[in-house]
Amino acid sequence: MRFLLIIPTVFILVTTVFVLMRATGDPITAALGGRLTPDQLAERIHAAGYDRPILVQYWEYLTGIFTGDFGTTISDNRPVIEVLSQYGTATLELATYAVIVALLLGVPFGMVGGYFRDRLPDAVLRILAILAYATPVFFAGLLLKLVFSVWLGWFPVAGRVSTDGEIEMQIAGADSGFMLVDAFATGDPAVVLDVVSHAVLPAAALGLLTAGVFLRLVRTNMIGTLGADYIDAARSRGVGERRLVTKHAWRPALIPIITVAGMQIAMLLVGAVLTETTFEWRGLGFQLAEYLQARDFVAVQGIVVLMAVVVAVTNFLVDIIAALVDPRVRY
Amino acid sequence: MTAPEIAGAEASGAAAAAPEHLEGRGAWFKKLPVVHQLRQSVGLQRGMLIAGLVLTAGFVLVAVLSPVLAPFGWSQLRDLDGAFGAQQPPSAEHWFGTTVGGYDVLSRVVWGARTALLVVVVAVASSIVVGVLLGLVSGYFGGWLDRMLVVVADAIYAFPSLLLAILLAIVISGGQSSMWGGIFAAALSITVVFVPQYFRVVRAEVVRVKQEAFVDSARVLGTGHWRIMTRHVLRNSTRTLPLIITLNASEAILTLAGLGFLGFGIEPTAAAEWGYDLQRAVADVTSGIWWTALFPGLAIVMAAMGMTLMGESLNDLSDPRLRSRARSRKVAGAVAATSVEADTSVAPVDTAEPKQKGDDA
Repeated sequence: MRFLLIIPTVFILVTTVFVLMRATGDPITAALGGRLTPDQLAERIHAAGYDRPILVQYWEYLTGIFTGDFGTTISDNRPVIEVLSQYGTATLELATYAVIVALLLGVPFGMVGGYFRDRLPDAVLRILAILAYATPVFFAGLLLKLVFSVWLGWFPVAGRVSTDGEIEMQIAGADSGFMLVDAFATGDPAVVLDVVSHAVLPAAALGLLTAGVFLRLVRTNMIGTLGADYIDAARSRGVGERRLVTKHAWRPALIPIITVAGMQIAMLLVGAVLTETTFEWRGLGFQLAEYLQARDFVAVQGIVVLMAVVVAVTNFLVDIIAALVDPRVRY
Repeated sequence: MTAPEIAGAEASGAAAAAPEHLEGRGAWFKKLPVVHQLRQSVGLQRGMLIAGLVLTAGFVLVAVLSPVLAPFGWSQLRDLDGAFGAQQPPSAEHWFGTTVGGYDVLSRVVWGARTALLVVVVAVASSIVVGVLLGLVSGYFGGWLDRMLVVVADAIYAFPSLLLAILLAIVISGGQSSMWGGIFAAALSITVVFVPQYFRVVRAEVVRVKQEAFVDSARVLGTGHWRIMTRHVLRNSTRTLPLIITLNASEAILTLAGLGFLGFGIEPTAAAEWGYDLQRAVADVTSGIWWTALFPGLAIVMAAMGMTLMGESLNDLSDPRLRSRARSRKVAGAVAATSVEADTSVAPVDTAEPKQKGDDA
């Protein structure tokens, strides 16, 4: 039964976005007001149907979302769904890298922190995790960029691929949207290296933020399970400390970690908006910032709805996975 | 009536407890949130709590004293010697250099603390009032309204916070505004994001507390609903609030900075805002100009870190599984060496030992 809550949740999210966006007035005036004469404005508003009763518009909006029609952007006159599919892959790619970084750093160090609870390694790791949380992802991004791109020159300053690499991809006809996949499609190791070097800093900035949360989460749950009686029992049977941590204590700690890690997707998407702006990584977040500047609220609405629904559905899937992993949870 | 009262007391518990603590401690004082936890804590957790209190107190002091501390105004471009000039490196006159717009970075960092503090106080106070009231009414009366509010709160809770804040900023201020307009727009945007958190926590506590015998006896005595809600239920449902307040305060600072970074902040002539300054610094960084990004960024990190440290240690202290206990001198000593207050934290370890054991038993 609990799983059915996903339906009202998505409905509420979608409705909230609609109500908020329409509370400011119609998007045409917001974007073009002051630049067109009142007559021209009225004509554009009528053509786009924003002068009809609000409930009719709401119904059209709801049915539109089901059929993948999110309207047309005002600033560059493109279907929003096209913007979403073109830039969504870039955001997905960045988020994937960030999750990998976060897992590689957060999980092992969280185990170490939990095992050495309240001792020096734990103290250092906890301070670092709090520092990672308290640092805005764009500030971390700017610092990484300053040190590793500008001063040391190890990585490119911004973007996803250099112009040469892009040309090679076009020649090879690779346009999946995932730069790394496209780079492998060209078969040129130089292009692969180029794409990877572009991704390192954004992934590190976004990944560090999430790694701090994962570390805290793993640590807390490890402390909970390490204190259990069966750990003492296993230790008295002579199970090695390393095996105790990585096998016995880790498995039961995994379930709450999966649940909360799923909720981190929301934070990751927000972080992606800010990271993309910092590194000119042309994804949904970068595009969102551009459309915000242009006051193109049709596009903003589409991007925000998509992100909110992705987050809600992810949480829903994570709940199901957690239920499958945990033999005690039955719905 | 009592909700604003509680809000005021709790908010001051988060923000103003630090200076009060340093002055002295009366007997009544030991029961206040934060202070109670400070006395209860040992080792690393004590160090974290103290470090958090010190950083937060520093942030509040800078914010309050900003008219005295800042060498120039936040939108001042020139003094008697002429214009400051754009992107000047740090010097004797401008300790932190100047921005691309020709402002003094140090002054904007100091004034930015005032903006951040105002937003945090307004956002946290108003979300407590609304969240606690809704949670209290919803949990106490139950019924279809309760069920509906829970579903809505869960949905809003799942909404990525910065995105929701962006939408609300568009609605409230149309994106750009004056100092007070901008502060209230940012604070209200953050409020809506936080309300579900207070709602959930208070509602859960209220549902638990209203089953207790003393609530029944109050009802039997003919006490009115409102009085039971405020006197009997609410008073016993606020124990987790200080924890959420501290964590929310740091999140509010980060959300404000995020809004500013995306261009939804306060105009530079209206007030100083760290996120906006960082947005302007993106292009500077590419050309190797480090001072315009480093200092506002560090200010955000320190302000957010102070409150996160407080929140984290309060969280540990409220959870018996995570609370450090002064069981063995060896462990406590090793931790004390790593904590901020290495010398003082060793002494209370001995006195805290019997008390802690009593608590556990």
